[in-house]
Amino acid sequence: MMEPGLYHLLFVSTALFFIGVYGFFTRRNLVTMLMSIELILNSVNINFIAFNKYLWPHKMDGLFFSIFVIAIAAAEAAVAIAIIINLYRSHQSIDVERAEEMKF
Amino acid sequence: MKSEWVIAFIIFLLLFIKVGTEMKNDQLLSLVQILLLVNFIAGFFFNETGSLFGGLFTTNTLMVFQKSVLNLGVYLISLLFSGWLKKSEHMPEFFILMLSALLGMFFMISSGNLLMFFLSLELSTIPVAAMANFDLEKKVSSEAAMKMILSSAFSSGILLFGISLIYGTTGTISFAEIPALLNGSPLQILAFVFLFTAFAFKLSIVPFHLWTADVYEGAPIAVTAFLSVISKGSIAFILITALYKVFAPMQEAWYNMVMLLSIITMIVGNLFALRQQNIKRFLAFSSIAQVGFILVGLSSNSIQGVSSVVYFILIYVFSNLAAFAVAGVIAQQTGKENIGDYKGLYQTNPFISWILALALFSLAGIPPTAGFFGKLFLITAGASKGNYFFITVAALNLVISLYYYLRVIRAVFMDKNEHPVEKILLDPPVKLGMIICAAAILLVGLLSWIYDYITSLIM
Repeated sequence: MMEPGLYHLLFVSTALFFIGVYGFFTRRNLVTMLMSIELILNSVNINFIAFNKYLWPHKMDGLFFSIFVIAIAAAEAAVAIAIIINLYRSHQSIDVERAEEMKF
Repeated sequence: MKSEWVIAFIIFLLLFIKVGTEMKNDQLLSLVQILLLVNFIAGFFFNETGSLFGGLFTTNTLMVFQKSVLNLGVYLISLLFSGWLKKSEHMPEFFILMLSALLGMFFMISSGNLLMFFLSLELSTIPVAAMANFDLEKKVSSEAAMKMILSSAFSSGILLFGISLIYGTTGTISFAEIPALLNGSPLQILAFVFLFTAFAFKLSIVPFHLWTADVYEGAPIAVTAFLSVISKGSIAFILITALYKVFAPMQEAWYNMVMLLSIITMIVGNLFALRQQNIKRFLAFSSIAQVGFILVGLSSNSIQGVSSVVYFILIYVFSNLAAFAVAGVIAQQTGKENIGDYKGLYQTNPFISWILALALFSLAGIPPTAGFFGKLFLITAGASKGNYFFITVAALNLVISLYYYLRVIRAVFMDKNEHPVEKILLDPPVKLGMIICAAAILLVGLLSWIYDYITSLIM
């Protein structure tokens, strides 16, 4: 059996990134859009850890960065969900198509 | 570190006041205004330069000046929107969020490392999204906040992907070490494009500007002013560091990018501003066009480029805040936000009409006002590259922008209206703020030592 190398991990993380971007653009449900952003952030985490392990094993910057990314992602999700709940109270829906009072 | 300590102290003081005492909004507002004034004045004394935490945090005289510009902007916001703030139920929270965002911006300006930069960028945007939702019962406000948080989260995702590629190709995240390790390989150019995209999102440079107008229209007007002046200013300051220091070896690659985006930004911002009826959307598109002009100055990659951008943002703080303040008091007292409602404003409210006229003249860049000198230096700096096609496009855009600024001024001064906005009573702090802005718009351009002082700070 083949050991997974840097390229395999980068393939996974890049795929995850673009799945996240695709989801962000096509999904109409706010919570799903938030989940797509989490996918993007997690792909970045994989990237950092893979680079750290395979290319720069003596510089721990990548590991620290991924820890901070996780923390920030949690903070961002907390504020975003608070805003979405407030939006739900006024619109009775979390569909982005319904939040269109302002255009052009 | 001193400016950060002062801001952190004010945040904690406000938290304790909010939790522990039953202070009235009026008293608290005057207290906050005094604290912010002290904070602004303290910004000029006991400044140290150097770096801390192994290069995570660096500071120099230019950064101190940039922080003072932002401090001044926040102080003016607390003066100019006191009518709205007094009526607000959650005033202490508003200042806590605003000052946390300001703290983030200070760390961002001083950051010497991509990790620090990312953390402080998030600290400066997440509270602003919460602030955009400040009119809790208004539909548009929560819609604006939703658009803001999603677009900023998406852009920080893109930023992080760019940072991870830079880390992968260079093995470092320190601003001081990156330039030596950049060799212009395709992966690094891709990383730079990702990073610049994130900057473009935050600065609302054109292909990434779609959130701007909606957020500006929906958010409470004080938040809009903060977003368009302070946030944009801080991002422009750090963009200077990013382009001139960190990505200096890739100058060839970014010059074309900045030039192209600048042209599109000016044209699209101007064309959309022509057809806006709502004053907040109008100012949103005008601020997009202004960012296009900032990019003209940035493209020069010289000392003059830095000083002209910092100088322009100083002027932009005064002119844009004055325009937003007038829109703010009118919306607060009559609920009118359309440019059509401003017809005949001069008959009933000559004072605020003159403030609005000065602000718009300055934004358009008409000679005696400071805006003219700001634009002049930006375009001179951009012209030093010798790319005259680019400069001609910028100059032509100045003419287009004059048309729509004058359209508002015509509505205010010349159009007849049988039911103009009634007489508006201004609170003393609002009046003081407007007079400061007006005086600065008239004087900053004429006092030539200010520009020389900024140039002398860049070493």
